[in-house]
Amino acid sequence: MSSDNPATVAVPTNRAPAVSSRVVNFPASSALPAVSPTDAVAIDAREVNIFYGEKHAVIDATLGIPARSVTAIIGPSGCGKSTFLRCLNRMHELTPGARMTGSIRLNGENLYDPKVDPTVVRRRVGMVFQKSNPFPTMTIGENVTVGLRLNGVRDKAFLRERLEDALRKAALWDEVKSDLAKPGISLSGGQQQRLCIARAIAVQPEVLLMDEPTSALDPIATAKVEELMNELKRNFTIVIVTHSMQQATRVADQTAFFYLGKLVEFAPTRELFNNPREKQTEAYITGRFG
Amino acid sequence: MSSGIALSTPPPATPPGAVRVGQVSEGLRRWRKFKSALVAGLCLTCALIVVTPLALVFGYLVIKGVGSINLDFFTKLPVPHGETGGGVVHAIVGSFILIGLAALVGLPTGILGAVYITEYAGRRFASVVRFAADLLNGVPSIVWGIVAYAILVLPKGSPFSLGHYSAIAGALALAFIMIPLVLRTSEEVLLLVPNGYREAALALGVARWKIATRIVLKTASKGVLTGALLAVARVSGETAPLLFTALGNSGWSHGIRDPMSALPLQIYAYAISPYPDENRQAWAAALVLLLMVLVLNVGLRYATRDRLPTRPGTRGKKLSSAANTAATTAVTGGAVTVPQT
Ligand SMILES: Nc1ncnc2c1ncn2[C@@H]1O[C@H](COP(=O)(O)OP(=O)(O)O)[C@@H](O)[C@H]1O
Ligand SMILES: [Mg+2]
Repeated sequence: MSSDNPATVAVPTNRAPAVSSRVVNFPASSALPAVSPTDAVAIDAREVNIFYGEKHAVIDATLGIPARSVTAIIGPSGCGKSTFLRCLNRMHELTPGARMTGSIRLNGENLYDPKVDPTVVRRRVGMVFQKSNPFPTMTIGENVTVGLRLNGVRDKAFLRERLEDALRKAALWDEVKSDLAKPGISLSGGQQQRLCIARAIAVQPEVLLMDEPTSALDPIATAKVEELMNELKRNFTIVIVTHSMQQATRVADQTAFFYLGKLVEFAPTRELFNNPREKQTEAYITGRFG
Repeated sequence: MSSGIALSTPPPATPPGAVRVGQVSEGLRRWRKFKSALVAGLCLTCALIVVTPLALVFGYLVIKGVGSINLDFFTKLPVPHGETGGGVVHAIVGSFILIGLAALVGLPTGILGAVYITEYAGRRFASVVRFAADLLNGVPSIVWGIVAYAILVLPKGSPFSLGHYSAIAGALALAFIMIPLVLRTSEEVLLLVPNGYREAALALGVARWKIATRIVLKTASKGVLTGALLAVARVSGETAPLLFTALGNSGWSHGIRDPMSALPLQIYAYAISPYPDENRQAWAAALVLLLMVLVLNVGLRYATRDRLPTRPGTRGKKLSSAANTAATTAVTGGAVTVPQT
């Protein structure tokens, strides 16, 4: 996958490579699967450019995101990670003045085809946000099924089945099964975020986008969500934006490094951190900027 | 005087009269305490100024009006001038009909208008609507009465004119007072709904109109309701617009195409009447009107209380809703007393 990444960037030459001083270390037992070239590509983004008015926020990004795996997007703040993520389910269209060129295909279908309804795209590509946002007027149960109910599903038995399935997949069922009628916002921060994950997967999307989903959580809640991602990737294609390189090494099968709006490098996570091909990647992961 | 490197540095000596950081002189501390108490006292005074008129109006109405309140007052029609007894049931029912019709037209229009400008409209159109609503909120209510009179009452005033005084004309005049009020209060609370909820719903593939109604409006429902109650309370005491439209009616007539009585109209008629018994009934009617608004307010709040047991900030909301109730009733209290002054 990484081999068809054309992005190359002028590299500052006055820096000596600091190969010996990696700040990111893999856990001893880490067994990250390498991305094999036979993995099916779920999201095929080509020459994606995104503008906010005059501001060119994402520049010529081309990458193929493999199905049923976790792909991390890292990079310094403001480099366009969220912007890129949000164009994967056309959320950026809600921002006044935002424009996008290029193409994004989900399992072969062009998400930006004029005939495609953006709400249908968003049903297929779900999203979890930095700040957990369960609906305050709804119970835990209602929060999980809201996506189905507001899309016209009335069948009680089916809703009940989806409710339990989504909560189990979000590793929340055992904690809340007797409290389904309590308000969603009565849960702890980490539970709320997992509730939001349950809400997103209850509509059975193909892809789950997560924009810094643990940056507001404590370490224990973070560990739970990371563990969850490992489970979820059996059923979903996951793309996660994270500002934590450690998190990328823990959860991601492959990692994309963005810098100043450009995709600098996209490679299997272990390769990107142990053996970056680009000097800028190396500078970033060794902590020399960002 | 000691200086230099020491593990625990002794506090540097200060020249007499000087003040060290973190420590203030006794005089300054007292001055600060005084300022703090002054501001708190000022705020308390202002809060009391909000509540006091309600207490005064209510107390005065009770003293002057409670003697004339009996079962007949709520069940009987007025008796001929000069005779004692009788009641104002026609005006009570008329008020309910007029306010109900006005709310039926005014509340949805104001609320949905607010939803449009917060959820759909571009910035420019939203600010045009907001500006128009602000101007309309400053239009004296008598002007609405005259406008409704010209369009809906005068023969040939417009194709819609009935050619005579009618409850419909009165209700519409009240509705048009409510619309800009409801629109602005609803807009304020809709804007307070965090964008995260809209985004979360969008990311679930929910249609825009469902997000607007089932997520945003529902989240803001408490505040929208407060605005609606405020508007209802405001028009309940309106007299001037009804003088030109519903006109009043001393008999039992509740066709909405006919002239209709209402409590404020009855209060006005009785207050300027030369008969002392009718003057007394004016006080009683004013008391009933105020109580009606109070009951409506408390009742609706109870009916729409939190279905979900724990909500953050419930305490704060309860406190402020008590203040709101006081404010709404004070608003009507003020309007009710206008005809008597
Ligand atoms: N709504 C917006 N309007 C204008 N510029 C924006 C907007 N959102 C983001 N940007 C700009 O686009 C760039 C990328 O932003 P973003 O994707 O949020 O970065 P990241 O998520 O990597 O921190 C930043 O320079 C930011 O200032
Ligand atoms: Mg971001």
